[in-house]
Amino acid sequence: MKDMGGFDFDLQGARLTALPSGALYWAAEAIVTVSDLHLGRSERYARRGGALIPPYETSDTLSRLDADLDRTGARTVICLGDSFDDLAASALPEADALWLARMQAGRRWVWIEGNHDPGPVDLGGAHLAAVTIGPLTFRHIALDGAAGEISGHYHPKVRLAGQARPAFLTDGNRAILPAYGTYTGGMEATHPDLRGLFEAGALAILTGSRCVPCPLSR
Amino acid sequence: MSALPPPFSDWFAARGWQVHPHQRALLARAGEPALLLLAPTGGGKTLAGFLPTLVELADGRHQGLHTLYISPLKALAADIRRNLSRPVEEMGLPVRIEDRTGDTSYQRRLRQRADPPHILLTTPESLALMLSYPDAARTFAGLSRVIVDEIHALAESKRGDQLMLCLARLQSLCPGLRRVGLSATVEDPEAIASFLAPHPAPCPIVAADPGPDPEISMLVTDEPPPWSGGGGRYAIPAILNEVRGHRTTLIFHNTRAQAEIFFHDLWLQNEDALPIAIHHGSLAREARLKVEAAMVAGSLRAIVCTGSLDLGIDWGDVDLVIQVGAPKNVKRLVQRIGRANHRYNAPSKALLVPANRWEVVECAAALAAVRARDLDGEPRGPGPKDVLCQHILIAACAAPFEADALFAEVTAAGPYATLTRAEFDACLDFCATGGYALKAYDKWQRLVLKGGHWQLRDPRAAQMIRMNVGTITSSELLTVALKARFGAKPLGEVEEAFAASLTPGDTFLIGGEVVRYEGLRELTVEVSRERGREPKVAVFSGTKFSTSTELCARMLAIMAEPDWPDLPAHTADWLRLQRERSDLPRDGELLIESFPAEGREYVCIYGFAGRNAQQTLGLLMTKRMEEEGLHPLGFVATDYATLIWGLDPVTDPAPLFDLARLRAGLEDWLAGNAVMKRTFRNVAIVAGLTPRNHPGQRKSGRQATFSTDILYDTLRKYDPDHLMLKVTREEAMRGMVDFARIEALINRTGARIRTRRLDHATPFAAPLFFEVGKVPVFGAARERLLEEAAERLMAEAGLSGPKAGG
Repeated sequence: MKDMGGFDFDLQGARLTALPSGALYWAAEAIVTVSDLHLGRSERYARRGGALIPPYETSDTLSRLDADLDRTGARTVICLGDSFDDLAASALPEADALWLARMQAGRRWVWIEGNHDPGPVDLGGAHLAAVTIGPLTFRHIALDGAAGEISGHYHPKVRLAGQARPAFLTDGNRAILPAYGTYTGGMEATHPDLRGLFEAGALAILTGSRCVPCPLSR
Repeated sequence: MSALPPPFSDWFAARGWQVHPHQRALLARAGEPALLLLAPTGGGKTLAGFLPTLVELADGRHQGLHTLYISPLKALAADIRRNLSRPVEEMGLPVRIEDRTGDTSYQRRLRQRADPPHILLTTPESLALMLSYPDAARTFAGLSRVIVDEIHALAESKRGDQLMLCLARLQSLCPGLRRVGLSATVEDPEAIASFLAPHPAPCPIVAADPGPDPEISMLVTDEPPPWSGGGGRYAIPAILNEVRGHRTTLIFHNTRAQAEIFFHDLWLQNEDALPIAIHHGSLAREARLKVEAAMVAGSLRAIVCTGSLDLGIDWGDVDLVIQVGAPKNVKRLVQRIGRANHRYNAPSKALLVPANRWEVVECAAALAAVRARDLDGEPRGPGPKDVLCQHILIAACAAPFEADALFAEVTAAGPYATLTRAEFDACLDFCATGGYALKAYDKWQRLVLKGGHWQLRDPRAAQMIRMNVGTITSSELLTVALKARFGAKPLGEVEEAFAASLTPGDTFLIGGEVVRYEGLRELTVEVSRERGREPKVAVFSGTKFSTSTELCARMLAIMAEPDWPDLPAHTADWLRLQRERSDLPRDGELLIESFPAEGREYVCIYGFAGRNAQQTLGLLMTKRMEEEGLHPLGFVATDYATLIWGLDPVTDPAPLFDLARLRAGLEDWLAGNAVMKRTFRNVAIVAGLTPRNHPGQRKSGRQATFSTDILYDTLRKYDPDHLMLKVTREEAMRGMVDFARIEALINRTGARIRTRRLDHATPFAAPLFFEVGKVPVFGAARERLLEEAAERLMAEAGLSGPKAGG
């Protein structure tokens, strides 16, 4: 397979690849995992009488996801929750809904529920609170003491050499994914809520044009 | 107007005061729909503005609001109330005067809307907010006069543009409204008159006697100023000497951070314990009020201050003004000087304290300009559309409106007199639908058209629009307060970004005292007092003004002289050394130096185009260098020069600096850079594209908020013709990008470039190494350094095992 600029790491015996886009690829199972897409954020703001921000984030996020699925040839897609900015936002515009359906065709698709989208959505795919595949469990928010856990929620970002980038965090027990959605912010990985979830020696993997690993604690 | 009515003439006579001719003129012409008064500081401008109001109110028959007084500063509103209350009480006039600013309590503001005083003193933002309520017509019923104080300052900013739109609104509510602008001496009074005029009606000008020339000179110190930096710390002993020799001294600084550091250092050296205080806009209200009261009482010998004391607050017996740091602009310097000897027709006394060697030359240029009464000024373009968008949203908050009527009203405002209907419609469409190429918000429009009237679709939107009223888009500010167990006393404000950089135990300066960061509780930075430690300084990103074209031209003229008998010896020596080692910049050509230093390669461009244009030049040049594979890493710009560093030597910069090519590529290059993103942020906030703070969102923090950079990138990718991008470009071109001055630089120098390749840094370039505000270039060089840094850390942590895969 051609170089995707990713970075390999092991979690409970599973070899995973962090991709520069913020997606996680499990080659052995052909699974692509993405977290915190926040689709429909602009629509939600507008619906609530707030600002009318540019309504392009859903198609931008989907086009990046499409490219990752294409590159990896994934057979399963797991969206780790907060896929939609709220449940009403899951009523996507027709063009985006069709695009999503095209991506879902011929693939297993799992929507993990998140705090923004805590219920089933009227789109194809399975809707679950969590899913376990082999040694790994996929859920939205990390649980204390979990092993082999893949989660999202926190939108971690890391500062290095004067730049802040969304990052994967992992310590061999668990991995937390960066937010994949276009309209998302981030939380410093040094924040105690995040830092406290990891053992000493944990790794941050910065996204960008290539994945760049660095120690979480410096 | 020949004679004052009795209570007034008696009152003047009892004090032995004479009515100034311009005060008489304003009274005589009180019936004019618009008037602009030009008078020097201390010329009784404010009284001139208020006399017609007091005369009209003297018989006690007027019901409700009569006069609205608008000043750019909260402090000014409070000060005017104090000064005006005296004659009113002494003459026993039946006049109620109140002020209303962001500091006024909610209950009081509510009451003022229902039962307004005769004279209301307020700020442009408070006025805009009042106009956003459905009861605005009732609040302003009976309003006869509007006095805009310090209009020369307001006319330079979006705050003034917003104010003129608000005056147009008021004029519709109160058709007989008369307006008076009070201005300091300016270079182009016609421009300000046209700004204030209720178009198409004119605004006549009344000019007072400009008064005698000021006594102004450079402060001579035993110790020469440092090579770079600001603050003027070196001059503290000499400044203390001057303070001792005068009654009250104002010590002006260009930024709040510099004022804080200076005050701290001054206090350490203030062995006589002279009563000296600090005053700037980031201090807690209580602290500001305390200083203001002490000034009025005459118990202070000096006040270290910033622009917050720039405008005509009339207090204390100031007999000396010290300007620390180069004034950047002759007009502002003249106004600051006017603060000393606040008496009409008495010369003001002022001292300039250059903060570094470069500024010595600038101060010399400024002295010459002041003596020649040669004021500078850059013309401003038409009113910006982000302000108009906000005005449209505010109008919708108040009441449903017709597009035709609002357009007619808006074009009566000076800054928008040339606005076309198509431009207006684009702004209205932005407010209503977002104005996107993709029509996504059919259901969720912000404004909807019902029966020919535009109105808010969701009334809840009004709250957010009101929260975003105003055009000042400084970074988010957090309150700094002592921890509860130390009294929970508020001390002032710092920027959120600065607060985020603190870890418990860090120390910083605020209000002249060193405090220790304890933690963040909700939106308050909790601190304790910390004595005797070196502070980590609070960073306020106060406005950085560019040195004016006029001053830059005068500096080049000074450098063209064969020798410099009038400059301090240290600076004359420095110029001579530069001429020996390299060359002096001169008018009509562009000097570029290239040299290695400390393992990096440097290029230094002496454009003398002002900070913003030199900054843009840095962006353009590094972009060209990136294309040429020269691995630029960053640059720093001052008002005079741009210094660029990178990994590879630039031995022949001339082809890089192909001016025609720089100009042609400008648009493309600007699109993705940080300056544009910063400008976009301001525009997006003012226009209501993004709220400055979502209610309740900032507390939960981080994930919910995302940077406006993302919106900018998204628009560029999917909607490149969007209104907000056009507005951003317009603003950047005349603001932070300052394209006009790059054009001027190109025209001034033609393509004549003089290149010097040297072995090491030159006398002129060396000070730039210590400048703050370095701008990184995110190119191949940075990617290389990031990977190297990460690898080093991985190796140190013993984690170098797994290699990139996938």
